[in-house]
Order: sequence, then structure tokens, then C-alpha cells
Amino acid sequence: MFKNFIALVCGIIFSLGLLVSEMVSPKKIQDFLDITGQWDPSLALVMAGALLTLGGLQQLFIFKRPRPLLEEKFFVTNNNAIDLRLIIGAAIFGLGWGLAGFCPGPAIVALTLNPLEASLFVAGMVLGILLFNRLNRLNSASDPDL
Amino acid sequence: MTIANFTPYSALIGGFLIGLSAALLMLFNGRVAGISGILAGLSVPKMEDGLWRIFFVIGLILGPIFFKIFSIELPQTQLSGFWMMWLGAGLLVGYGTQLGSGCTSGHGVCGLARLSLRSLAATLTFMFVAGLVVFLSRHVFSAGV
Repeated sequence: MFKNFIALVCGIIFSLGLLVSEMVSPKKIQDFLDITGQWDPSLALVMAGALLTLGGLQQLFIFKRPRPLLEEKFFVTNNNAIDLRLIIGAAIFGLGWGLAGFCPGPAIVALTLNPLEASLFVAGMVLGILLFNRLNRLNSASDPDL
Repeated sequence: MTIANFTPYSALIGGFLIGLSAALLMLFNGRVAGISGILAGLSVPKMEDGLWRIFFVIGLILGPIFFKIFSIELPQTQLSGFWMMWLGAGLLVGYGTQLGSGCTSGHGVCGLARLSLRSLAATLTFMFVAGLVVFLSRHVFSAGV
């Protein structure tokens, strides 16, 4: 199906972006987070490049359309709530991100480059998702929006 | 503070590719390119819309193979510390991104690109906490980082 092919191509392009910018390198991530040390601002420019590209294309072109090319609607959340759940979740994520220097995307890309270490991290990540499903999602109607 | 190892051009090119990928996924499939959200959908039992997620993840894994065609050397992905730390950090990242509904890509790129204040709050929070962790581990406890 064409939607799956698009997803595959997008996954590859996303992966190439993380590789070119070295965002798959835990050291480079931690060097960005280490603003009081030898600071490497690269991650800020990765975000700026991604935001300008995505934001520009969405506002000028994609969201001017009534619907996506292959779906009947855009699957975008209308949840604007800044609540405790959001902040605590982001803080827990930040804790793990700072400790290892991996966030979900780079960890998966690193499975190919550094299978031994990355698979341990990814195993932990999958356990964390399953744990969340067990503890929270069963008691709550709200699904993650992103 | 001193600036070191700054790679502005490859950062901008990489950022452009990430933005392009997210834009194409939204244009064609109407989906947000948030990695933790894509993973969450894989683990939830209802999989009727799930197959594209598997393809996206396969694309991420295949990326380095395509990258080799264009590039001389692949970036370093060594983790510091020891295996229990990696597993534990993964657990925190997995759980935290589900509770907080997104990660660096979902909130930090896709959410901010829609000018979502919710995503801005999440991004500032995880950046601040991660920064604090690195500050403590590198400058206070120096735990081998």
C-alpha cells in the first residue's frame, strides 16, 4: 500500500537527517545539554532547520489543503492542555534523555550502528511503554497525541 | 562556557531532512512524525492503522545503510556508563514520552512547528531536566561521562 511506502521513505529521510547532523551521537547530545561546559550548539540548529522546513511547508501549503493526499483527515491533536501529566512526563523523559543522550529516534537508528548498547536502551524503552500501557492507559481514555 | 565541536552546516542540513520527512508524512498520510507516538501506536492492541508505523521504524533502521552510500564515515553512537544505566534510561524515556505524549520529534519539532504552547512547555521541561542531569553528572558527580 502506498501509505506504507511513504512511511518507509519518510523513515529513511528522517534517519538520514539524524545521521548527517550526528544527532544519533549521545556525546553530541550531551555536549549540547552541557551549556556550562564545552558547549556544542548544533542541536539548536537541527531544530531550527527542521522547524523552518516543517513549519513553512505546513502553514504555506499542507494545512491549506482540506485533507492529506492519502487520508481523509489530518491526524493532529487539538489538546492544548498544559497539565501536570504533560510536565511530569516530559521531566521523566528529560531525566532518561540526559542520562543516556538517546531519545527515541536516534536510539532506533543506532540499533544498526551499535546494536549491543542501543538494543539495551531500546529494550528499556519498550518496557517503559508497556509499563505505561499497564499503569495508565487502561485507566484513562486519553491517548498520546503525538 | 566555551563553544566546541559546533557543526552548523551538517546540523542545518540534517534539520532540513527531518523537517522534510515530517512534512511529507503530514502531506501524504496526515500523520505526525513523532517517534514516541509512532512507537506507542505499535504497542497498543488496536493495530488497524498500525502497519505504516512498522514501515516508518524499518526506514529509521535502514537509514544507516543508505547513509553509507553517500558518506565516508558514520557518526559515533557509543553510550557512556554501564548497561544497567542504559536500560534504566530507556525505561525512563519510554515511560516519560508516553505520559508526556511526545519526545524531541513530537513536541520539539512537530508540535513547535504548529506553534503549540503545550509542546513548548514540554520541550522546555525536558530540555531543562536533561540539562540538569548532564550538569550534575559532568560537573558535580563526574560519573564517568
